[in-house]
Amino acid sequence: MSSTKYILGIFDDPDDLMHGIDKLQKNSVPIYDVYTPMPIHGIDAKLGIKDSRLGYAAFMFGCMGGTTIFTLVYYFLVHDWPMDIGGKNFFAIPDFIPVTFEWTVLFASYGMAFTFFFATHLFPGRAPRVMDLRATNDKFVIAIDAKGNIPHEDINTILKEAGASEVKHNDRKYVSYE
Amino acid sequence: MNTHNSLDEQFVFTGRVKTISLAAIAVGVLAIAIGFLTNQGERTFANLLLMGYYFTCVCAAGVFFCALQYVAQAGWSASLLRVPQAFARVLPIASVILLVIIIAGLNLTHHTEIEGKDVVAPYLYKIWHQAGVTTPGSENYDPVLAGKSGFLNMPFFLIRIVVFLGAYAIFGWLLAKYSETEDELGGLFYYKKSFTISAAFLVIFGFTQPVFSFDVIMSLEAHWFSTMFGWYNFAAMWVSCLSVITLTIILLRSAGYMQWVTQDHLHNLGQLMFGFSIFWTYVWFAQFLLIYYANIPEESVYFLKRWEPEFKPWFWLNIVINFLAPLLIIMARDSKRSTSILKATCIILILGHWLDYFIMIMPGTVGDKVGFFYIEIGVAVGFAGLFTYLMLNALSKFKSLVPKKHPFLQESLHHHI
Repeated sequence: MSSTKYILGIFDDPDDLMHGIDKLQKNSVPIYDVYTPMPIHGIDAKLGIKDSRLGYAAFMFGCMGGTTIFTLVYYFLVHDWPMDIGGKNFFAIPDFIPVTFEWTVLFASYGMAFTFFFATHLFPGRAPRVMDLRATNDKFVIAIDAKGNIPHEDINTILKEAGASEVKHNDRKYVSYE
Repeated sequence: MNTHNSLDEQFVFTGRVKTISLAAIAVGVLAIAIGFLTNQGERTFANLLLMGYYFTCVCAAGVFFCALQYVAQAGWSASLLRVPQAFARVLPIASVILLVIIIAGLNLTHHTEIEGKDVVAPYLYKIWHQAGVTTPGSENYDPVLAGKSGFLNMPFFLIRIVVFLGAYAIFGWLLAKYSETEDELGGLFYYKKSFTISAAFLVIFGFTQPVFSFDVIMSLEAHWFSTMFGWYNFAAMWVSCLSVITLTIILLRSAGYMQWVTQDHLHNLGQLMFGFSIFWTYVWFAQFLLIYYANIPEESVYFLKRWEPEFKPWFWLNIVINFLAPLLIIMARDSKRSTSILKATCIILILGHWLDYFIMIMPGTVGDKVGFFYIEIGVAVGFAGLFTYLMLNALSKFKSLVPKKHPFLQESLHHHI
């Protein structure tokens, strides 16, 4: 029983990486995840990653921002301290639209940023979890869970044949807890 | 992904579409004839101006679409450029039709009522072009309009329209011609040339298009003015042009042409339609809010007229159809990628911007005698038929439905988002 937890196939070129994914999938090797230094077109469809739901979060945050400021302005300018501005009604909706619009945009954008941080475990001061640090620089990494039933040598061969410049057997999942 | 498309495919304009568009033109001619024979000349002229302007704007915005793609060096749109190029090819005819309507409207007179007085006035632009408006001592003398007459006088007015539309038409004609020459000769020479004239066109269009809409539409109510009006009209023409482009492509696809256009291209067009509908609302509201907030009588008269009972329902429907409809229907990614939903949205927006122009034009022309019946519908159907006929005819003149040697063609054929 080896102590290998994850097998990493490290590629120099994104096209080789895509080829590697194809080969692994053809041989029914489950892929744990893929790490690349830049977005690669079509990779999410190939890996079967579900569409992001960030848009729904943005929509809800936008609704929240709009309702918040509309309620606040209503309380200030209509309920608590009605003011006569240019002879308009106290509850003059067109006047409230620009600020409602701005807060909708503000909440949606900040909300999206925080949702993204939450979903990807990124917080200030927290070391990001990385399986191979070079995946943040110039290498393209496919990670395979070593617990599967496929012999590790076969995975090595598939990755090498697909053009991996290096195959690593990691004993621990992340290298960057420190 | 099918990459083995026949790039020599040519559009053949025959059969049912041709018959239907010719029938629509006949309906339009009939509606105009009935309009004049039943003594509703002013209403007919207002509708002719509306559809003439709409027609011209869609074609001019087609040139704008091509120019924008060249200047942005966009790759995704390379394979569908023939459609806006066909719009550009129709622009000269559209311009001539609009000019004929304007010249006839300025020079033919009839008995009408201006602010309760019975007068003999031209069919169009009766407020600033009525006889005696600029002559001191005349009973029609209007010092405000006399002050504007250095700009708003018939010769200068017509010269401006001819020069602007002529310039747009020449640029559109050149862009289509360069693209065709590029197909024969290849290379980057014509692409670079298109880039240069596109940049020049965008500068000219950006400065002259607001003036064009000030002239053709805003001067119908010559006392009133708004500096937002040009951008507001630009947003309207751009959204309606994008909707017409998208609808044309969807219909061509369902007729078996342009199979290389995928959901991804339509998704992009849907995004543009959605985004610029929001932009339309933004400028519409920017104009409304400033006038409403300042509440200066000479400015708020514009919205006061549109608040009369005969326009109020249209006024509200305008916002629902041009803002709420695209916002709610094509905000989601899936609905932009559904051909049937996108097609329905295109039709809604095309009708919506007809209504938008209707609200801009009618209060300054027919006023409280406004109606919505066979003249409105007939003229709109007639111009839709005319546009379809001329545009498809122009499209069938291209040797292929795709710019074969466009440097970004492969990027467009493999476009994927």
